[in-house]
Amino acid sequence: MPLDMELEAVLRPIQYPMVPYPPKVITLANGKKMVVRQAARQDVPAILKSVHPCLFIERDYYDIVSARLYGELLAWYRYRVKSEYCLMGQIDGYLVGIVNGRMEDEKVGMSYHTLAIDRGLRIGSHLFAAKMEYHMEYLKQDSVLIVAESPIGFRRWMIEYPLEATQIPHELGGGDSYRLTRKIYFKAKPRLVVGTRPVPQEWMDEAMAEVKFADDDTIRERIAGLKGR
Amino acid sequence: MRDVAIIGAGMIPFGRRDEDTLMEMLAYASLKALDDCGLGDKTVDAVYVANMGGGMLQHQSAIASSLVDRLSLMPAAAETIENGPASGASAIKAGLLAVASGYYDYVLVVGGEKMREVTGWRATDVVATMTHPQAEYPYGITLPGMAGMFTRLYMEKYGVTREHLLAVSLKNQEMGTLNPYAHVEMALDREGIFDSPDAVVNNPVSADPLHLYDLCPVSDGAAAVVICPLEMTKAGKGGQKTPVLIAGFGQATDTQTLQERDDPTDLKAVTLAAQKAFEMAKLKPSDIDVAELHDAFTILEIAESEHVGFFKKGEGGKAAVAGKTRLGGQIPINLSGGLKARGHPVGATGVAQVVDIVWQLRHELPKTRQVQKARHGLTVNFGGFGNNVLAFVLKRVEV
Repeated sequence: MPLDMELEAVLRPIQYPMVPYPPKVITLANGKKMVVRQAARQDVPAILKSVHPCLFIERDYYDIVSARLYGELLAWYRYRVKSEYCLMGQIDGYLVGIVNGRMEDEKVGMSYHTLAIDRGLRIGSHLFAAKMEYHMEYLKQDSVLIVAESPIGFRRWMIEYPLEATQIPHELGGGDSYRLTRKIYFKAKPRLVVGTRPVPQEWMDEAMAEVKFADDDTIRERIAGLKGR
Repeated sequence: MRDVAIIGAGMIPFGRRDEDTLMEMLAYASLKALDDCGLGDKTVDAVYVANMGGGMLQHQSAIASSLVDRLSLMPAAAETIENGPASGASAIKAGLLAVASGYYDYVLVVGGEKMREVTGWRATDVVATMTHPQAEYPYGITLPGMAGMFTRLYMEKYGVTREHLLAVSLKNQEMGTLNPYAHVEMALDREGIFDSPDAVVNNPVSADPLHLYDLCPVSDGAAAVVICPLEMTKAGKGGQKTPVLIAGFGQATDTQTLQERDDPTDLKAVTLAAQKAFEMAKLKPSDIDVAELHDAFTILEIAESEHVGFFKKGEGGKAAVAGKTRLGGQIPINLSGGLKARGHPVGATGVAQVVDIVWQLRHELPKTRQVQKARHGLTVNFGGFGNNVLAFVLKRVEV
């Protein structure tokens, strides 16, 4: 059905101007190189294919995180959320992790979700750090509001940084927000935010050529296999 | 005293086994060992179960009584053995003495632990309950914390470096990728965990100077063996596999707190336990073809390799870097991946070490992990921080 652009103008939120996130490459514990780059809106259908199998994994709250992320990305794709962005990690072109968030206003960022599709390599930590880097160093915001939906997230964000507790409600609902301030970020940066720029052209070309994604069974095995992680 | 042989060995894959209860894991491993020896479950006279944390983690006691019922092994005798992370070897020792004495003929020993149903913090706290209740635990000491301090002292006294620790970590995780029972089946890359600036996140400090990949994971898992008198194997009543003789064992204790030791870097209980085991077996360290040492922390593989007599003090780290502890090296250590990669479900570990050596001595492993013509193996199961240690010398019996 053709869009009624007059109505769309009403339904679509105003977008803050957002400088792009410059891509970087991170060497992982197994030696693989993960390219972290900003997703474009046209990448969303491919990303959703990787998120979809995670909707049915109860382990470590993957179901709720995936369900919410799916909706958030769809809202971005359909122009129904204000100033959202998505960063993703790719190894050899394959999507291995996704983070997203948005600008609440020019000063305050709203962290949404972190989904590691390949586990055991601190991909979630690296991508969450990239998200904070984006808010603080490129969007130049004063603070980011964050909640965790899993114990792993709580350990990785609230404790590792450590974030400051607030009584500010988060738009995802749930517990009160924790806050990353510029002071906390720059203190934590040397031990939590890594990566090299520019990304060698060959790797960048591979990442940009196509968002590859593993089949559903492989994704489920990586996340919910019997082994540890 | 009768000679005692291991005639059945079994293990379930270690890792995070959300779908299994502790009792199910113990039962699966037991059935594997019983199937392995092929004698049927009606022959079992007694069952010894090694478990450290069932009371705290699962709120479950009398675990051995529950297991014999689960396996329909009644009226076999049943006991649970708790001796911290050395529970597994302690349970084997209990079975060994019972058979050697002539009181029982066939004994099933199984060790298991389910640690992943609580957070890592809670599991670390449960393990820390083995520390001194007045002098250590109330002040927040953990086993990684103790290992960090021990490593620092060992570095200062013997020149151990992070390069040495790294060699152990890389080797054991590489071996883990070859072991289908290993919890961690991911090879590490030197650049990713050491050389690259990104290593600060990939391999953060856990207990200075130890980093994440110097520590074993928190695991679920179980392993089991069946033992009987050696004479019964010669009489054709010892199952279907090549028997492995428990040629020697030793156990020794030390002060509970490290600071009370004359030299905190001296793991006297490891030395004494190994010496007793070698003496009983009438063998020496150079006779050993393959060893499973208790590498809950990479430093422990290095320190134990020196304390049992494979290398002189200060040489263990260099030996690891030189590849002397790899397959094909002077003394291959932890070809299972060790606690570092196979995992460390505390009650299971001492039994799993023995199971891995049994497989080595039966020559059953794939070439990538098998020591050719292995005849003698050593295990060291390390309780507390070296305050209760058991060692076994195992010997292939040529049939």
